[in-house]
Amino acid sequence: MMPIEIRESSFNPWDEIKLHQQKLNRQGQYGATASFVGTMRDFNEDKHVQRMTLEHYPGMTDKYLEKICKEAHQQWDLIETLIIHRIGEIKIADPIVLVCVWSAHRAEAFDACRFMMEDLKSKAPFWKQESTADGNRWVEKSTPG
Amino acid sequence: MNITVKYFASLREQLGKSEEILTLSDEISIAEVWQNVSASISGNIESENILMTINMEYVKSDALVKTGDEVAFFPPVTGG
Repeated sequence: MMPIEIRESSFNPWDEIKLHQQKLNRQGQYGATASFVGTMRDFNEDKHVQRMTLEHYPGMTDKYLEKICKEAHQQWDLIETLIIHRIGEIKIADPIVLVCVWSAHRAEAFDACRFMMEDLKSKAPFWKQESTADGNRWVEKSTPG
Repeated sequence: MNITVKYFASLREQLGKSEEILTLSDEISIAEVWQNVSASISGNIESENILMTINMEYVKSDALVKTGDEVAFFPPVTGG
């Protein structure tokens, strides 16, 4: 299935994992599930952040996330991957991204999840704009992994 | 030949537009397209700090642009 989704409204990553695992219906085949959830902080570079807006490149975002999943499946022996990424206005403590990987053994799940997340951070066309007490500012670079 | 050019995030704000159609007389590199479109930005942004795509695929600055292509320029990405 390898689904990717761009969401305009808030989502619960734990419900999404549970729901997708039910749809996948491959109990007994996977022995490892690794997930990464990125959540909005209320601080960045010594400033209090009130909220954030996430812009993206419609069309290319989907294409790039699909490419990440395909590459992960080529590189590791995986059963399934799932990516959900928010766009639009994000509030403090809102989940921004979910990457989840199912495989028979843990090494593949851990390694693929890390690869997918790092590739997404460095190349998927999303941009964050933070709102602080001093006004709006574009985030110029991601924090090191 | 016509191409569509898109701009995102801080670059979109600096240029004051998100998209435009450009008419080119010859096949040129994407770096040359960038030189033309970025001329109006004060404090000129170096092309090394800009990511470039043709038809939603990352390309190097010497990639050639063809008629009908969708070209995009944007700053480093910050998702996730």
